[in-house]
Amino acid sequence: MKDLNEEQQERAAGLKGLGCSRKRVEDARFTQGKGNYVDDIKMPGMLHGDFVRSPYAHARVKSINTDAAMALDGVVAVLTAKDLEPLSLHWMPTLAGDKQMVLADGKVLFQGQEVAFVVARDRFIAADAVELVEVEYEELPVIVNPFEALQSDVVLREDLAGQTEGAHGPRKHHNHIFTWEVGEKDATEQVLGDAEVVAEETVYYHRTHPCPLETCGAVASMDKVNGKLTVWGTFQAPHVVRTVASLLSGIEEHNIRVVSPDIGGGFGNKVGVYPGYVCAIVASIVTGVPVKWIEDRMENLMSTAFARDYWMTGKISATKEGKITGLHCHVTADHGAFDACADPTKFPAGFMNICTGSYDIPTAYLAVDGVYTNKAPGGVSYRCSFRVTEAAYFIERMIEVLAIELNMDAAELRRINFIKKEQFPYQSALGWEYDSGDYHTAWDKALKAVDYEGLRKEQADRVEAFKRGETRKLMGVGLSFFTEIVGAGPVKNCDILGMGMFDSCEIRIHPTGSAIARLGTISQGQGHATTFAQILASEIGISADSITIEEGDTDTAPYGLGTYGSRSTPVAGAATALAGRKIRAKAQMIAAYLLEVHDNDLEWDVDRFVVKGAPERFKTMKEIAYAAYNQAIPGVEPGLEAVSYYDPPNMTYPFGAYVCVMDIDVDTGVQEIRKFYALDDCGTRINPMIIEGQVHGGLTEALAVALGQEIAYDDMGNVKTGTFMDFFLPTAWEVPNYITDHTVTPSPHHPIGAKGVGESPHVGGVPCFSNAVNDAFRAFGLRHTHMPHDHWRIWQTANRLGLHD
Amino acid sequence: MIPAPFDYYRPSDLDGVIALLQEHGDEARVLAGGHSLIPMMKLRMADVPHLIDLQGIDSLRAINVTGTRVTIGAMVTQHDLIDSAELSSAAPILRETALQIADPQVRYMGTVGGNVANGDPGNDMPGLMQCLDAQLHLIGPDGERSIAARDYYEAAYMTAREDDEVLTAISFDAQPGGYAYEKQKRKIGDYATAAAAVTIQKSGGSVAAASIAMTNLSDTPVWSEAAGAALVGTACDAGAIKAAVAAMLGDIDPTEDNRGPVAFKRHVAGVILTRAITRAWDRA
Ligand SMILES: Cc1cc2nc3c(=O)[nH]c(=O)nc-3n(C[C@H](O)[C@H](O)[C@H](O)COP(=O)(O)OP(=O)(O)OC[C@H]3O[C@@H](n4cnc5c(N)ncnc54)[C@H](O)[C@@H]3O)c2cc1C
Repeated sequence: MKDLNEEQQERAAGLKGLGCSRKRVEDARFTQGKGNYVDDIKMPGMLHGDFVRSPYAHARVKSINTDAAMALDGVVAVLTAKDLEPLSLHWMPTLAGDKQMVLADGKVLFQGQEVAFVVARDRFIAADAVELVEVEYEELPVIVNPFEALQSDVVLREDLAGQTEGAHGPRKHHNHIFTWEVGEKDATEQVLGDAEVVAEETVYYHRTHPCPLETCGAVASMDKVNGKLTVWGTFQAPHVVRTVASLLSGIEEHNIRVVSPDIGGGFGNKVGVYPGYVCAIVASIVTGVPVKWIEDRMENLMSTAFARDYWMTGKISATKEGKITGLHCHVTADHGAFDACADPTKFPAGFMNICTGSYDIPTAYLAVDGVYTNKAPGGVSYRCSFRVTEAAYFIERMIEVLAIELNMDAAELRRINFIKKEQFPYQSALGWEYDSGDYHTAWDKALKAVDYEGLRKEQADRVEAFKRGETRKLMGVGLSFFTEIVGAGPVKNCDILGMGMFDSCEIRIHPTGSAIARLGTISQGQGHATTFAQILASEIGISADSITIEEGDTDTAPYGLGTYGSRSTPVAGAATALAGRKIRAKAQMIAAYLLEVHDNDLEWDVDRFVVKGAPERFKTMKEIAYAAYNQAIPGVEPGLEAVSYYDPPNMTYPFGAYVCVMDIDVDTGVQEIRKFYALDDCGTRINPMIIEGQVHGGLTEALAVALGQEIAYDDMGNVKTGTFMDFFLPTAWEVPNYITDHTVTPSPHHPIGAKGVGESPHVGGVPCFSNAVNDAFRAFGLRHTHMPHDHWRIWQTANRLGLHD
Repeated sequence: MIPAPFDYYRPSDLDGVIALLQEHGDEARVLAGGHSLIPMMKLRMADVPHLIDLQGIDSLRAINVTGTRVTIGAMVTQHDLIDSAELSSAAPILRETALQIADPQVRYMGTVGGNVANGDPGNDMPGLMQCLDAQLHLIGPDGERSIAARDYYEAAYMTAREDDEVLTAISFDAQPGGYAYEKQKRKIGDYATAAAAVTIQKSGGSVAAASIAMTNLSDTPVWSEAAGAALVGTACDAGAIKAAVAAMLGDIDPTEDNRGPVAFKRHVAGVILTRAITRAWDRA
């Protein structure tokens, strides 16, 4: 929109298109308690399900007695694996090529595992009946440590006994799942061997859990008269759920309707398929009435998909001047009892091979070993694209450790290793093609904004004052520069259960010039109804206020792979723009007919087609829409609709530069965030206000993870952090005022140049907070300390460094 | 997170409460603000077939300050403590403590009586009441009796209160002087990693009297007589504070949990007490 005159600018502004901080259209209902979530769905005769769950992390199930539960007034059914077996539904396939028990089949493998499903007249009776189901267990040895699992004689997955080949190649041990290798092993070892400087560190990214305010749930309704199954649920990928449900149940796909209503946050937690969904569906098929299953908070934290749990050992080599020459990374990945990671099929460790980060590292090698333990299954991308948080955390810690090894400033070390602007598109050593970037500009802007040199000076003064005994507080300057890989992804190498990871948009323009667009994605709070209308407004010249966006109903929306991994804007957003362009192309033909000129004599002008050189002769999109429905135009079909299925040619690579200033009380371990500056480059900015909101949310989840949020187990496999008392969910009180900033480097391959932003702050935020803690102790000899940096662990670090003596 | 079935009662006077308690024995419990009891029922850690709500009994909501004597009805909420100008001037440590309990939503519902009666070592009011040497007033089938807060707590959730007794009020003598309630917690809404309640009376530049109690560092609140005594007669200098901390450490017995290991808790207890004494002395 470069050369618009004043009058055109006014019309463009009226569209509320790209770049407009349009208020979120969703918020009217959300802020008034008028949202429609799964648990709001109530149907006549609806029954309620609840799980009997295992108190043990590893045990044989000797017997299950359901008599007492069945005798309770109001109990309709109690399902066990035996009941599901005839339907072959006692196990189900996972997204990672493994299989998972729906209900305990002979043994349980993690605490909280689903053992039996009680179906009752109301939620209260169901809960009472759960207590009446008698399960006899025989405890087995528990393994919660993946390294121990690889040494142990104890076979966790007896169902896989003797299988030396898994979904991703050979298995080295009965508790081993896969080895995934990328890059050049020998060459990397050679580079490391020859290097002037090598830094080595093991970085544990602890197990945590996404924490949407709404937990998972579903309502299944089998209509035995017309043979149709409808499932409302907390699904981040409703179309895939329909396909899976059809494949598992044998019900033809056109007879299944899956609906994601309003979803109260997903963050990856709602990508997978859970036993609760399957049991609700089976129970509805069995009983012929709707069945609802809603998990509670503790069930959510202990049984639905966790995130991270990666032990990452790195070696990074450089010249004495700090030019990085090679990177070696080995990951021991704790997948829990079943490999239920939600990754594209060919990527068992997701996009962990983005772990060379923002740096021009010529030689690299990555190997990931997946391991079974007695913990809950999962491994989802908690507010990130597949394992990108792990990769970013790993490289941003390794850079800091290398800076220590080189006795160099960590900001400078980054600067001299960044991929340069002119190197894009950049081929990374581990196989990705970075689309665009301008890292140096972003970095310089960030460091200037926070007065980086001033901070370092202040920090040095603080260290001196501390040594003189004048203060007990240290100061940390956390840096992070991240590159994400989002927008999965090209169908040639990205699929989920065989479904290519394209996405879609279908647009209908109504006769009076307003429109509805439906997409294959599903908002869980991102504000799609707001932003996708903006993309379209700029493409087709209809105000965003006149465009309805609808997602989540598989009967009406075009097929798409859903919303996670920041893929909605890169993929469905592209489909939206392209479908809009198809609309415009047809509109041009209609306008040409109405204006009695040749198509090529028209040019697009914000919201209308104008005859070239005769600006007074034009047809607005509104007029064109009407004509599409009331005129017989030779050679042109009536109506104005378009659909686009978009197979992205590449991923997009958003990046950002973050700085955190933290004060740490060495005596109590209490940290205080004095300042947090976040510069994000997500390419073209669709709605700056929404971007800012996403950045605030993502940073807050990053703060949570870095400073305390974890799923911890004791040696017996008991979950120690199963409620909000111990599972850290920050409130406004714990969160600083974030400073947000941006640069704009559009994606060259995306129709509008947008890259996606919802997850960037999480990916970049976690290392930034963690680096701040580590940095505070650098002057006292600390190389690395593991997250989460809660009070006692920070205290312990200070203690080990002798700061309490 | 769904409680077992229970019957609900809402008597309008204490006689009605006592009668129900007698009738149902240990199957009955009184409900105050519900912010400790209801979570326990939802987790099915507390099984309460007969739940007797005290919200209908207005006489338990009174706040009375007569001279130095402060009496607080059991059903006075933690928010009321913050809000009462009378209490804030008579005993400002109440407000300082209440502000460190949970968040406004919890404080609107949670009561002083529930907090004191509960017996959870994590609660902040019990330590405070021990520091203030408060009397707890109970009523039961045999009439009324009073017991010192310092004698009330036996173990976690075990107190000197009989099952058929109700706490009606708490009273204490408000002493002028310095005070502080210092608490370390992981986040808003968390119980203490360590907390200290301190009052100090000053006379002629030295400590005339001091009282110190600690929260969440044993299975009961800990009133450390020796810690207070260590300050008396001193100018509350670094050496005296060190001696008080050492005495306090001899009285607490923390256990490891998600807030951290024992060594950490003991260290933090010392830091928190040092800060509390320093603040109280500054105000004395
Ligand atoms: C998220 C959250 C955070 C919290 N954080 C803190 C904190 O930091 N510090 C803190 O101190 N507390 C905290 N609490 C607890 C809160 O202060 C409770 O309100 C308080 O512990 C109990 O008061 P209540 O009125 O809610 O009592 P209830 O929950 O109704 O009762 C608690 C127990 O006391 C008994 N009881 C109540 N009243 C009487 C009476 N008059 N006579 C005899 N027995 C009685 C009940 O039978 C029950 O056993 C928190 C609670 C929540 C939910």
